[in-house]
Amino acid sequence: MSGQRSPTRSGFGRVLVFVYGIFALSATARAIVQLSRQASDAPVAYSLSLFSGIVYIVATWALATDRRRIALVTICVELIGVLVVGTLSHPDDLDKASVWSDYGNGYGFVPLVLPFVGLWWLWWIGRGQSGDRAHQPAD
Amino acid sequence: MTGLQIVLTALAAVIAIWLIVLIALGRDPGDWLYGALGLLEVGLLVQLVIGLVRLGGDHAGVNLPAYVGYLVGSLLILPAAFAWSVGERSRAGTGVLLVAVVVIPVLFLRLHQLWA
Repeated sequence: MSGQRSPTRSGFGRVLVFVYGIFALSATARAIVQLSRQASDAPVAYSLSLFSGIVYIVATWALATDRRRIALVTICVELIGVLVVGTLSHPDDLDKASVWSDYGNGYGFVPLVLPFVGLWWLWWIGRGQSGDRAHQPAD
Repeated sequence: MTGLQIVLTALAAVIAIWLIVLIALGRDPGDWLYGALGLLEVGLLVQLVIGLVRLGGDHAGVNLPAYVGYLVGSLLILPAAFAWSVGERSRAGTGVLLVAVVVIPVLFLRLHQLWA
């Protein structure tokens, strides 16, 4: 087993993918509910909500299927999203909120912590493997 | 919270402690644990029915799509966790079940807020 590359869904990654999956579901469902009720009410906020859901869906899929570059990009987008939206959003705008509003306060700040954990995991599982691969005949 | 939600939260708490013990011991979940998860899922199904029946009465000011969304969505968590956890028989696989069981009471809180 020592020579084998472990996929991003293995070990702790299995828990991480599940948490990402929950956020993919809740962020997307939230956006759909918002858009179905009053799309014209706050088009920017609701589109942002939908965007965050799509980012979580892609990140979940990438982490589950060991697509590391896509995972890295989506998690970085997610990190920037939660920091920018968290800084700009008004905590009172509950109805127009996305999961990233107020740094994910409505979701126990998990949306703020999750990208850091995701980046740490990608680093952790990728460490040393590029060096190992030089000694391996095939990946 | 409703009486059923309190009972199901207690059940979820018992299963969560059970899972923590299994993870600590490095043991795989057995039939009894899966049975308890099945019981919790049945409870969620009952909650869906009760929740929908409640909508027959006065529900002014309730965010209907969100309320129904949480009721239906809560049914997906445990089967998804089960399917994903059996893919890897390890502490992490058991950890997936733990996350799912912890999420359920959070959904109850949301449902409670949405109804109030």
